Amino acid sequence: MQKFNYFLAALLGLSIQFASAQVEKGSVLIKNATVLTVTKGTLENSDVLVQDGIIKKVGQNLNAPNGVTTIDATGKYLMPGIIDAHSHLGLDVVNEATSPIVAEVRMKDMVNPFEVGIYRALAGGVTISHAMHGSANVIGGQNATLKHRWGSTDPADIIMQDAPRTIKFALGENPTRVHGRGNGIQPRTRMGVEAILRNGFNEAIQYKKAWAAYNSASSQKGSTAMPPVHNERLQTLADILDGKIIIHCHSYRADEIYMLINVARDFGITKLVFQHTNEGFKVAPEIAEYTMGASVFADWWAYKFEVYYSTAYNAAILTENGAITSINSDDAELIRHLYHEAAKTQRYGGMTDEQALSMITINPAKQLGISDKVGSIEEGKQADLVIFEGHPLSSYAIPQMTFVDGVKYFDIKEDADDQRMKVSPTEMVEPVMIYEGHDSRCMQDTESLFETTESLFLLNQ
Amino acid sequence: MKRLNKTFFAFLLALLPMMAMAQIDGEFIKPRPGKFLLQNATVVTITKGVLNNTSVLVEDGKIKEIGANISASDAEVIDCTGKFIYPGMIDSGTKLGLVEVSSVPETVDYAEIGNFSPNMQALTAVNPNSVAIPVTRVSGVTTVLTVPAGGLFPGTAALINLNGYTPDQMYAGFKGIVMNFPSSGRRGRFDRRSDDDIKKANEKALKEANDLWDNAKSYASMAADGAELEYYPEMEQFAKATTGELPLLIEVNAAADIQAAIKWVEGKDAKVIFTGVSEGWRVADEIAKAGIPVLTGPIQALPTRESDRYDTPYANAGKMAKAGVKVAIRTNGQENVRNLPFFAAFAAAYGMGKEEAWKAVTINPAEIFGLADQYGSVETGKVANLIVADGDPFETKTNIMHVFIDGYRMPLSNRQIRLYQEFLDRSPGLKMN
Repeated sequence: MQKFNYFLAALLGLSIQFASAQVEKGSVLIKNATVLTVTKGTLENSDVLVQDGIIKKVGQNLNAPNGVTTIDATGKYLMPGIIDAHSHLGLDVVNEATSPIVAEVRMKDMVNPFEVGIYRALAGGVTISHAMHGSANVIGGQNATLKHRWGSTDPADIIMQDAPRTIKFALGENPTRVHGRGNGIQPRTRMGVEAILRNGFNEAIQYKKAWAAYNSASSQKGSTAMPPVHNERLQTLADILDGKIIIHCHSYRADEIYMLINVARDFGITKLVFQHTNEGFKVAPEIAEYTMGASVFADWWAYKFEVYYSTAYNAAILTENGAITSINSDDAELIRHLYHEAAKTQRYGGMTDEQALSMITINPAKQLGISDKVGSIEEGKQADLVIFEGHPLSSYAIPQMTFVDGVKYFDIKEDADDQRMKVSPTEMVEPVMIYEGHDSRCMQDTESLFETTESLFLLNQ
Repeated sequence: MKRLNKTFFAFLLALLPMMAMAQIDGEFIKPRPGKFLLQNATVVTITKGVLNNTSVLVEDGKIKEIGANISASDAEVIDCTGKFIYPGMIDSGTKLGLVEVSSVPETVDYAEIGNFSPNMQALTAVNPNSVAIPVTRVSGVTTVLTVPAGGLFPGTAALINLNGYTPDQMYAGFKGIVMNFPSSGRRGRFDRRSDDDIKKANEKALKEANDLWDNAKSYASMAADGAELEYYPEMEQFAKATTGELPLLIEVNAAADIQAAIKWVEGKDAKVIFTGVSEGWRVADEIAKAGIPVLTGPIQALPTRESDRYDTPYANAGKMAKAGVKVAIRTNGQENVRNLPFFAAFAAAYGMGKEEAWKAVTINPAEIFGLADQYGSVETGKVANLIVADGDPFETKTNIMHVFIDGYRMPLSNRQIRLYQEFLDRSPGLKMN
């Protein structure tokens, strides 16, 4: 049995190596750019040498080794690939809305590399997105961190295999609407949300104890101890308690944010990031002290009641209070211009260029646990890079080329009109989708549970 | 406890005059009329070029004088050295004032029940005290078209200035009857009708529109003949579209629908304006040939087709303008109409150019609305809707220093700024003393 396990582990290790070996790594020399490193300042007229997907050298007058393409970026800006800490792109489904806790489901089983939105995100300089479970549950499913290797048809190729596990939590209107109002079960209020969290973690502690008891009993000679029934949901919660998973919690109001901070502190959880966090500015000192910060919209508000008392100065207030702050999209449209969303923190709170750029690069990287690999232009990091015409924080900036692991996946000069990888064989005529504003998918697949303004609008037609 | 950097201090200093007043408990800064001399600015007139070292005198709500040496001893002087004066921006399509919180139906007033309700007046439902209005105006947007939505003829849109305490005080002089042209496209992910259902609904709606139009024409001619007509408020309002008394704002987006709409308006005595026009770039020449102006947007939008190039929504306005269409830009927004300047910047960057993009948020909508004698440029005699900025207002880095609407100096505060002032350095902070 033991031997068989070793064999399985070896096989698994091999298969992971095999999977990552398939991912293309590129080499390129980008010359004479204004390099916005984010963590090491701005370097004028500088070169970045990439070899086998890794940033090998940042400096001046670098020469391309044999066979490495040189790109002249004179007059252009080079920045790290943009990282979106909240997205639902590249997912076949978003919500498993059947229970207030569904920690066992995994978005990495649902990755769809064919979604043209991934290419469109690349055209906006976004190289990594955090493909999240929806917000229908207090404890939702586990998220996947994606690398936008457009063109791969294997879901495993666009998953960032070396990123740590993360999980979606959600507070406030969404889980109370789906479960309390939609299904008539707890939680219907923010009190119930806290109870779900505390009950869940306490159950996980019992589960851990049961396994610990079994493990110690079974090591005794002649033990007849029976193992507890495996429960993936509770095991996942136990992994959270053990610090193996980063929580990314959909939240809006200050009171619910503060509640989760208290719950996390009581259970010794420190790996906690707040998402949306529209009222984070009200509890900025607490977020700064006890969590890995907040990932927020630049200016979205008033689309629902819990975001009515928002301010576009949120990111600036959080930053000035010392909280790690990122700007995210949660939207297939917004993800196309996160550089512009980050720039809004200069209008609303006077952020410096470096602070604003951090919010879409190194800060989301920290919140996803990948800042040792990506999020800045530094030697040794993965070569996710974007070349811009115009400073990326200018409203007139236009992304020119986007690289993931040194491989160019977007080039404005080689952009073909039709970037779809597959065309539906059942569609005679391609449908025309009229854009109706926010394309937030946080509550996708739960619409049947309640009337939305959109569904009322359609009934009216 | 926290470190404020130099830039941030500079920004705070710039805000100081405003903040100092706002911080006095109980004091509220009101919009203030008066005689203002905006001295020594770079004036971007839009219609008459860029004037350096020029002053603008505002009096009685109007632009009284523009020149290098204006003497007005009794005017309040605002030094604008190194600053830029632009006309206030006009958003050509919003739901501003008609909705407070989108997901709360009690606060949503843009969509009335029924398919034929042209007598529904957006102006009636405008909430002059909407929290979104001061949030919008600090961006330099001074005037918006606010538009009802819903059925085939959902109501009458109205142009409003973002100053005033009653809808009538806000009204800027333009109304138009809205038509949602029968669509062959889908309205987002929530629209799960089959292709057949969409086609049938489309044909049915077109027949209904034709019948209503014919009836309205009869109604109008009978009314003109002095006939005693039954009370029919919908038809009474709609008849104004058939005679050209009120323009017809036709919301149309898919290319095939735009072509159908061009055909539909042919030979009708209507003043037609197209709105939306997401796929205008596909049939730009046809729109130009028909001589129909468009109010297009949002610019930051997804392409209408999966096969479309990613930047088609950014480039659409510019492509239509290049084909000779008169283009104005809209956000189609409610709480975030403040993004209009950034939408214009995207249009500018993706082919429209800055000059044309500026026109698309100033003089073009003014002309399309028939109000070019009052709005859309910095010219003597026009309504004093002006902004003063320390740079290009389309850039996020730029600060909007002053906003004038109807000659009123508007307070540059709003709830979002007040929350910033309260919470930037919260007291108590992490711990009570």
